Amino acid sequence: MSNQISTPVYLKETASQTAGPYVHIGLAPKQAGFDIFENNFGNVLVGPDTKGERIRIEGRVIDGSGAVIKDVLLEIWQANAAGRYNHPADKQEDKPLDPSFRGWGRACSDFDTGVYSFETIKPGSVIGRNGVPMAPHINMWIVARGINIGLSTRIYFSDEAEANAADPVLNSIEWVERRKTLIAQRSEKNGQVVYTFDVYLQSDNETVFFDL
Amino acid sequence: MKTPTEQFGEFFQRDRTIHPPAYTPGYKTSVLRSHRNALISIPSSLSEVTGPQFSADELGALDNDLILNYAKDGLPVGERILVHGFVRDENGNPVRNALVEVWQANASGRYRHKNDRYIGAIDPNFGGCGRMLTDENGYYFYRTVKPGPYPWRNQINDWRPSHIHYSIQASGFAQRLITQMYFEGDPLIPHCPIVRSIPNEEAIRGLIAQMDRNSFAALDSMAYRFDIVVRGSRATLFENYIQGAK
Repeated sequence: MSNQISTPVYLKETASQTAGPYVHIGLAPKQAGFDIFENNFGNVLVGPDTKGERIRIEGRVIDGSGAVIKDVLLEIWQANAAGRYNHPADKQEDKPLDPSFRGWGRACSDFDTGVYSFETIKPGSVIGRNGVPMAPHINMWIVARGINIGLSTRIYFSDEAEANAADPVLNSIEWVERRKTLIAQRSEKNGQVVYTFDVYLQSDNETVFFDL
Repeated sequence: MKTPTEQFGEFFQRDRTIHPPAYTPGYKTSVLRSHRNALISIPSSLSEVTGPQFSADELGALDNDLILNYAKDGLPVGERILVHGFVRDENGNPVRNALVEVWQANASGRYRHKNDRYIGAIDPNFGGCGRMLTDENGYYFYRTVKPGPYPWRNQINDWRPSHIHYSIQASGFAQRLITQMYFEGDPLIPHCPIVRSIPNEEAIRGLIAQMDRNSFAALDSMAYRFDIVVRGSRATLFENYIQGAK
């Protein structure tokens, strides 16, 4: 008989189900068309005191027929301008926390145009596994009707070519061509820095999604 | 000496056999919204083990009371229910301070959403969303009315079983999870193409809330119990060993 005390028993993760077409009711009720909570989570990550370069992340999510999807919900999670996450597991004590930056935001694609956007700051470089620095990046999670389990990807920056070339995660993608799907293109619109990041769910140009 | 694993408290590899695959043609919308390339597997870094933290003062007093949080000139129509349970990780540890968000249709199967055009009636006193943080034991609860089933555009006579949508943010961003809770005894469950996107019977059973008579509020509400498991990490595994060491 096995020793019951030392035999590890693990629970099974709860199974995922699609967020469905009405995800906005729960996670972004104003977009669903009504006002219920006093405090709403949204797509603006910065306040007046947040340190760092102001940027806008903007894009669309496109399905396998080339159609822009208009009922997507996206979340991002990122380090602050110094490259530190606002979370107790981040022990990079040499980098300051920014009390005015949580580093998390939630956005929906517009019901008419399909465009989503985040107002944030450009993150600094975070230390990776085995002490290898990662290029500045933003973690993104995407759910929608027809997506059975949330999709995880990363947004890197087109003006960080050198850091991107040394990034351990980008380099772990065997197909060099596919790495480009994770690079947001920098431009300036009306004096604001905009990074365009379109997500292709299914195509020759399919975005790299990670099994984290 | 710390190994990189201890340093980052990496998550256990996700068991994809208990989750629906991306491409499930019985659920038609998944066909054009599913990736064709394999996911790229990466071990946890700080980007995955960290995640947003929330505090109680960000939520309102009625945010977990769907019976009252949109009541205008009366109470919502429907069976009054309490839903409660524990959020744990794969190690069995309670997950504290997890953000649990829920949304649902009203008793007639209609969502308060500008894109829902089902003939079922809107309930003027029901919004259909709530949110809460788990306590130090990983416990959560909310009050609502039981959602009704409704037809949807898939096959002609596909009806969704009564369900409540859940979104859970635990500690790390890689634990992010969205799912749906069903109700014990609902005859629509085994026919639902969205339920059937999950290829594992035991995993499906894990989404069905059990009626919990011990938690009924006398002459007021029925109760359902729904426990949630999020991914475990090696860091919390070590915590467990230390706590259990003799």
